[in-house]
Amino acid sequence: MTVTELVSYEAALAAYDPVMGLEVHVELGTKTKMFCGCSTELGAAPNSQTCPTCLGMPGSLPVVNATGVESAIKIGLALNCEIAEWCRFARKNYFYPDMPKNFQTSQYDEPIAYNGYLDVQLEDGEVFRVEIERAHMEEDTGKSTHIGGATGRIHGASHSLLDYNRAGIPLIEIVTKPIVGAGERAPEVAKAYVTELRELIRALGVSEARMEMGQMRCDVNLSLRPQGVSVFGTRSETKNVNSLRSVERAVRFEIQRHAAVLTAGDRIIQETRHFHEDDGTTTSGRVKEEAEDYRYFPEPDLVPVAPPREWVEELRAVLPELPRVRRNRLREEWGVSELDMQSILNAGAVDLIVATTQAGADAAGARKWWMGELARHANEEGVELGSLPITPAQVARVVELVASGDLNDKLARQVIEGVLAGEGDPDAVVEKRGLKVVSDEGALGAAVDEAIAGNAAIADKIRGGKVAAVGALVGAVMKATRGQADAARVKELILQKLGVEA
Amino acid sequence: MTDSIIKLTAAEIAAKIASGELTAVEVTEAHLARIEAVDEKVHAFLHVDREGALAQARAVDAKREAGEKLGPLAGVPLALKDIFTTEGIPTTVGSKILEGWIPPYDATLTKKLKAADVVILGKTNMDEFAMGSSTENSAYGPTGNPWDLTKIPGGSGGGSSAALASYQAPLAIGTDTGGSIRQPASVTGTVGVKPTYGGVSRFGMVAFSSSLDQGGPCARTVLDAALLHEAIAGHDPLDSTSIDAPVPPVVEAARNGSVAGMRVGVVKQFRGEHYQAGVMQRFEESVALLKELGAEVVELDCPSFDLALSAYYLIAPSECSSNLARFDGLRYGLRTGDDGTKSAEDVTAVTRADGFGPEVKRRIMLGTYALSSGYYDAYYGSAQKVRTLIAQDFEKAFEQVDVIVSPTTPTTAFPIGERVDDPIAMYYADLCTIPVNLAGNAAMSLPCGLAPEDNLPVGLQIVAPAMKDDRLYTVGAAVEAAFMEKWGHPLLEEAPSL
Repeated sequence: MTVTELVSYEAALAAYDPVMGLEVHVELGTKTKMFCGCSTELGAAPNSQTCPTCLGMPGSLPVVNATGVESAIKIGLALNCEIAEWCRFARKNYFYPDMPKNFQTSQYDEPIAYNGYLDVQLEDGEVFRVEIERAHMEEDTGKSTHIGGATGRIHGASHSLLDYNRAGIPLIEIVTKPIVGAGERAPEVAKAYVTELRELIRALGVSEARMEMGQMRCDVNLSLRPQGVSVFGTRSETKNVNSLRSVERAVRFEIQRHAAVLTAGDRIIQETRHFHEDDGTTTSGRVKEEAEDYRYFPEPDLVPVAPPREWVEELRAVLPELPRVRRNRLREEWGVSELDMQSILNAGAVDLIVATTQAGADAAGARKWWMGELARHANEEGVELGSLPITPAQVARVVELVASGDLNDKLARQVIEGVLAGEGDPDAVVEKRGLKVVSDEGALGAAVDEAIAGNAAIADKIRGGKVAAVGALVGAVMKATRGQADAARVKELILQKLGVEA
Repeated sequence: MTDSIIKLTAAEIAAKIASGELTAVEVTEAHLARIEAVDEKVHAFLHVDREGALAQARAVDAKREAGEKLGPLAGVPLALKDIFTTEGIPTTVGSKILEGWIPPYDATLTKKLKAADVVILGKTNMDEFAMGSSTENSAYGPTGNPWDLTKIPGGSGGGSSAALASYQAPLAIGTDTGGSIRQPASVTGTVGVKPTYGGVSRFGMVAFSSSLDQGGPCARTVLDAALLHEAIAGHDPLDSTSIDAPVPPVVEAARNGSVAGMRVGVVKQFRGEHYQAGVMQRFEESVALLKELGAEVVELDCPSFDLALSAYYLIAPSECSSNLARFDGLRYGLRTGDDGTKSAEDVTAVTRADGFGPEVKRRIMLGTYALSSGYYDAYYGSAQKVRTLIAQDFEKAFEQVDVIVSPTTPTTAFPIGERVDDPIAMYYADLCTIPVNLAGNAAMSLPCGLAPEDNLPVGLQIVAPAMKDDRLYTVGAAVEAAFMEKWGHPLLEEAPSL
């Protein structure tokens, strides 16, 4: 199928109103799988974390992981959902080699959580409410690796390898109600929603929700309707959009593609689509002309889940502060702008800064190092800020050393470099590299005298009232002390010696 | 010697081993010899684990010699229906699709038998995936009824019932989804019990219809059934539907049989055109006997029972269509057509075409259809409503009576081949047993005589409320004792020798 020439985003929005639906799968961070005792640890040898149950061997039976249910309830509560008093698992019947039983144990018309919402904050601070249809429990499938095909997809492959380690890992699927009214901000809303959801999941401690590890996966449903029309258009379902940026791009691309198709007088085909990270486009996957018949029915091997109300209330009582609320609180405490807070969030620095302040640093100092020097390092090495080999406590110590005058910024940067290079704690690096600020007044005085003597002309200018010229002399002293002097003190000394009031 | 051993009851064998009168090895060898001698004709076993059985017997003897305490069934041989997984021993479920599969794990029931020092002789024949009432649907050929080898031994557990009736084992295990323990017991003159749903773990029992399947004991006497019942029952954390409550006191009940003062119900729906005259005659005599023994007989009306067969043939196939989806030739068992040119999907299709028999295919298709979108409410949904009505009818009935009695199956053993091409006629064999599965109650079949017209065994079914399995044994033991007094010997003595 050829892709129609895209319509510009502005033109698309002028003619059409986008309606989105987002389905997010979150792999829970439970120690064991949803229905058996196998480990969920990532990275193990293929098929080493399997048993008769998760391999679907004849005679095997599932047993519900209680922590999985608890996590699902926590997510439901945090999403302002109602929690079912009684609900069942259901079998979703379809054939696929990476699904050992050829049915997925999921939930159908009785989800554990339903009817909620999540308020998300856009970059300019505007709050947009995303309504939640449901959150339900299910199990992950195994993983197929298709060998011999050009694209890694099954088409054209000579054979496939199956790894069932992932089969049975607990998943929570969170489905929004149709998101209407976002208009031109639809891509931004989609991204903000997934971001907020990720933060929420992490705050709840139920999953690390690392999209790059497949722990959180997003399907984007999108349709357009002509402005002023209330009926929804035909939707496309873009599968496995697995980064925050991609969510935004996929929505944007689909809006433009749908608009192009509709403007040309064609109709949108209901289908699944693949998203391409490289150029931000989508291509046709499986045509879904008729809804697939999964022949759902209540799972007879499991008993209904009936969470006692007292338990649900206990869980509600200990819910952590919502990320958005917490962010706004911190933003005020730290005295930063919406935009700065957004970049702190994007850099994944919020918790690091909080931890650094808890280790004794002031917020400004903590923010300065994490968002400056350390963010630059992380960027250069292409790693997440949190995975740099430096702890908030170490950063706090650096801030403390600067505040006490033992280090200046230049020296502090070297200390951080040393810590990142594995040379030990900040104090050890200072010791080893000999990075203490020169505060010996005698040594400093000598250096100042030398600088005055060597730059007589400048010294005269200063004596004559051109105080601004002092910078050149400070520079000379700093150079002579290899940067280890406190520049402010040096300036003070020079002016003092030249008999000029600062 | 062999003859005197194989006719002993399980309780007697256990006592003689405990006292040192017999060794477990002697007992096992006697039964292995019997299998050797007659099973070519009967075909009760699909797999005989000679070495495993003898090793287990030797272990029991060693335990006794070491002065260790032996369980109540230590050293007693048992025939295990080939639907329970046995680590290292083939498990086929009577199907070609599992040909060659050696399970890597033991079913909970298998583990319990081993822990009780029971000697597992081998795996018995059955209708493929327990779907059938004659064992003719086995992919490995039919089993003969020891009373008349041209007749069916019942099904699906015909291998287990035939093994008991031909003295190849004093104990056997069956599974009952719609009557697969009770109907074979009925037509072979043996005792079979379907415990309350959830009473015996299903972990490691290959699923046919998860909400109906229930493993249970088969034996030649009520007491033996109780001893086996106690050994295999109990809560299993690996089976979420297993009941977390103490096992009803079945052995105590079997030792204290009595019906004096009991209220016994007779359901008016369990009679009519499908019932053989001789079966009804023996049944009426049994009711009269119960009265003589001091029971009060109450007539019951359970109108929803007339819908049971229809509901069953929607629910069981629906669940089976999903349960059997895993047999795709990818991970275990049979794989055919994998010549390097076909896709995985095509290989699965060829494997399933080759590996499943016609009855299994029929039920998978029936169930797939019944669960389809647009048909679900009319079929599966309605069947579940009928199920609720049946449970309510039982509930009301048990407000008036302690147990219900009926014929176990409408006819005596029919000839092999007679109903293979008439599935509906075959389904009628389970007319009286199916309502019990749909409600999850407990039931027993025990011999109540021979039908005058064909001299073949007739079974009496006793039904008790859920978790009142002990009532089956209280009543069963009393009836059994009364019949023994009347006949002067066990009914099986009247079977022709093989």
